Amino acid sequence: MKDLFAVVMLLGIYSLLSASFFVAMDAVDVAFTEAAVGAGISTLLMLVVITITGRSEKTTRHKPLLALLVVVFTGSMLIYGTFDMPYFGIADAPIHSHVAPRYIQESMKEVGIPNIVTSVLASYRAFDTFGEVVVIFTAGIGVMALLSVGRRPEENEKTTAIDDSMHEQYLVIRIVTKMLIPFILLYALYVQFHGDFGPGGGFQAGVIFAAAIILYTMLFGLTTARKVINQSFIQFIAAAGVLLYGCVGIVSMLNGANFFDYNALASDPVAGQHLGILLIEWGVGCTVASVMIMIFFNFAERREMQQNNEKINNIEGDSL
Amino acid sequence: MISHLPVLQVIVPLMAAPICLLLKRSQLVWLFSLFASAIAFIISVLLLQQVMTSGVISYELGGWEAPWGIEYRIDQLNAFLLLIISGVSTVVLIAAQTSIEKEIPKEKHTLFYILYLLSLTGMLGIVSTGDAFNVFVFLEISSLSAYALIALGQDRRALWASYQYLIMGTIGATFILIGIGLMYQMTGTLNMQDLSQRLPDVAQTRTVFTAFAFVIVGVCLKLALFPLHLWLPNAYTYAPSIVTAFFAATATKVAIYLLIRFTFTVFGLSFSFTTLPLQELFLLLGLTGIFVASSAAIYQKNVKHVFAYSSIAQVGYIVVGFSTSTITGLTATLLHLFNHALMKSAIFLALGAVVYRLGNVQLSSFNGLGRQMPLTMAAIVIGGLSLIGVPLTVGFVSKWYLLTALLEKGWWPVAILILLGSLLAVIYVWRIVEAAYFKKPLAGSVPVKEAPLFFLIPIWLLITANIYFGIDSRLSLKVASAAAQSLLGVSP
Repeated sequence: MKDLFAVVMLLGIYSLLSASFFVAMDAVDVAFTEAAVGAGISTLLMLVVITITGRSEKTTRHKPLLALLVVVFTGSMLIYGTFDMPYFGIADAPIHSHVAPRYIQESMKEVGIPNIVTSVLASYRAFDTFGEVVVIFTAGIGVMALLSVGRRPEENEKTTAIDDSMHEQYLVIRIVTKMLIPFILLYALYVQFHGDFGPGGGFQAGVIFAAAIILYTMLFGLTTARKVINQSFIQFIAAAGVLLYGCVGIVSMLNGANFFDYNALASDPVAGQHLGILLIEWGVGCTVASVMIMIFFNFAERREMQQNNEKINNIEGDSL
Repeated sequence: MISHLPVLQVIVPLMAAPICLLLKRSQLVWLFSLFASAIAFIISVLLLQQVMTSGVISYELGGWEAPWGIEYRIDQLNAFLLLIISGVSTVVLIAAQTSIEKEIPKEKHTLFYILYLLSLTGMLGIVSTGDAFNVFVFLEISSLSAYALIALGQDRRALWASYQYLIMGTIGATFILIGIGLMYQMTGTLNMQDLSQRLPDVAQTRTVFTAFAFVIVGVCLKLALFPLHLWLPNAYTYAPSIVTAFFAATATKVAIYLLIRFTFTVFGLSFSFTTLPLQELFLLLGLTGIFVASSAAIYQKNVKHVFAYSSIAQVGYIVVGFSTSTITGLTATLLHLFNHALMKSAIFLALGAVVYRLGNVQLSSFNGLGRQMPLTMAAIVIGGLSLIGVPLTVGFVSKWYLLTALLEKGWWPVAILILLGSLLAVIYVWRIVEAAYFKKPLAGSVPVKEAPLFFLIPIWLLITANIYFGIDSRLSLKVASAAAQSLLGVSP
């Protein structure tokens, strides 16, 4: 398929389908993440990239026969591997009988949170989650290192005028969006705090929060959005999220327990677990939201720079 | 605090990275990164001491015991690698500020150090953890930062090289993840110790066989084993000099660690070497790698390319040692991990100094450099001699043990081939020596001065280590053989 727009859309549909697939398999937390991250934000980011690179793929001369061979081989290996798998949903499969029983039976007593998924990812395996947050932070820094255009040139009067007139056109969308954004932000906060009881948590909340800001930026222009959230502020929040998460671990270490042992955070172990999970989820939410916004801003900045150059060229061409 | 050392090893550089983002001033960030890396190095020394005297250290993160929570498990092998990684990182960082001044635009310096620290964190995390999924998480951290670091190179081809690495690296990581997922499905656990106990029960299933195959292929992509090495030469050549010096000494080492960890500890020796013809396969690929890469190195015009291909050849030697699966062979492998890190980081730092003065590392611009930059060139020559395996350098020690291991096994044809491979190294090192010492400078080229002190100090630190451990190899040998013995389950 040569049309990249269609490719991105198909990818989004694929993500949404797999999210529904996860729901069917009773993994609602995973489904929620897949819907928010896979179908939502990554589709959005890829669309931004398309506006920079253009819609159609360059024609290549080489025939990807070898690649096809490798893919077919890998695929058949995977199918071969499924032959001896335990049946889906069977009760005595190893994944249900080794570590899982403790999570299911004891986590309410040990961690004190109804959502087992959250207690596994935020307490039992908190260090993995910390690693994931650092992965996201790394991605944000990487994008900045590659794409940031340095100091933004002073706003050119010519281009600002064009931007203003362009944005006037989408009056209906702008008003509807203005009404929607508070609810999206509120929903993000709900997801953030509801992670203890149902599907949700810092990752999804961060992405939803970022989506609201991105929506605003798309309609009101980068310059306006920059007035609300500037680059160094967003960088500070991204770093602060990681630091907050890490500091929870360090505090528990200073209290004489192991790294990320939330029991040591308060006198009552379960209260300590609650506090720990609340704080780290905040850390996750902050970093995820700000990194997503950061990535989008960097892409949008590139795009704006490109467009401005074109526009200035056009205007000069017209006046000549 | 002593009991927290295993986690501090990873946490110190990790927390330092976001703090760098808040510091902003380039000079300050450099000092701070150097400080964080040095602390990581000190911790690794303490850990190694502790492991050598009192055995394996286990640390439960979050206070949850092993199969439920994540465990950090430091044995001789981990401690040895932690020492290599954090040591090289610290020494290389000394030269970083001077080098990136010329190679990276000023506003990106902070980001460079953050990515560097994150990459260090990732590698340290992979090595210290005893949990298979945790390996993947930290693998992602180290690879993501590696892609960005390589793409920061001043040559535009760096972007393409980084993209190639990104595709190959992501495939590798995905394969490892698939393997880990399948293992989890068959055993219900992610802890490596637990896996090693539970895997034998299900060892005869096709699912475990597939898991094993995916992990091995994924790791081999990461360690650039021939024929999966295609991403490496360009990535090393076009990356900023500091990044090359750091990665050449550490990145493939971490992948080799994973290979050893998964084959020996997780799947177990008897499974690993019987289900797949792993021994023959690795021996064959290793030997082919040595010859193909060394011959390719001879024909390169860019000196960074020469040593990048030589790195692939060295991976060949390491894998040959690994394929013997005897204590001596494994000792040779581990020794070579250490020794190769010493020589390659020294050589690539010296090349960084050449880039600093000349702006490029084409072989033709080396003409007459022996007079102009005597100390830097001497370092490259000693590093090169070490690559060849001349006595009194570290290269000799590891080659000696490798040959002993091969002869013990009775594989004398392989031993001869290894010696022939070293002859190829003589040729590609000689080309550089010839250019530097026996050719006149190109007409019209401006004479350059010796490299600045901030380059010479780390380069000569590494070169001194090259010679010291070449003469008195007791220390490295003791650790390497202890690690090899613990892997093969022989009590020392």
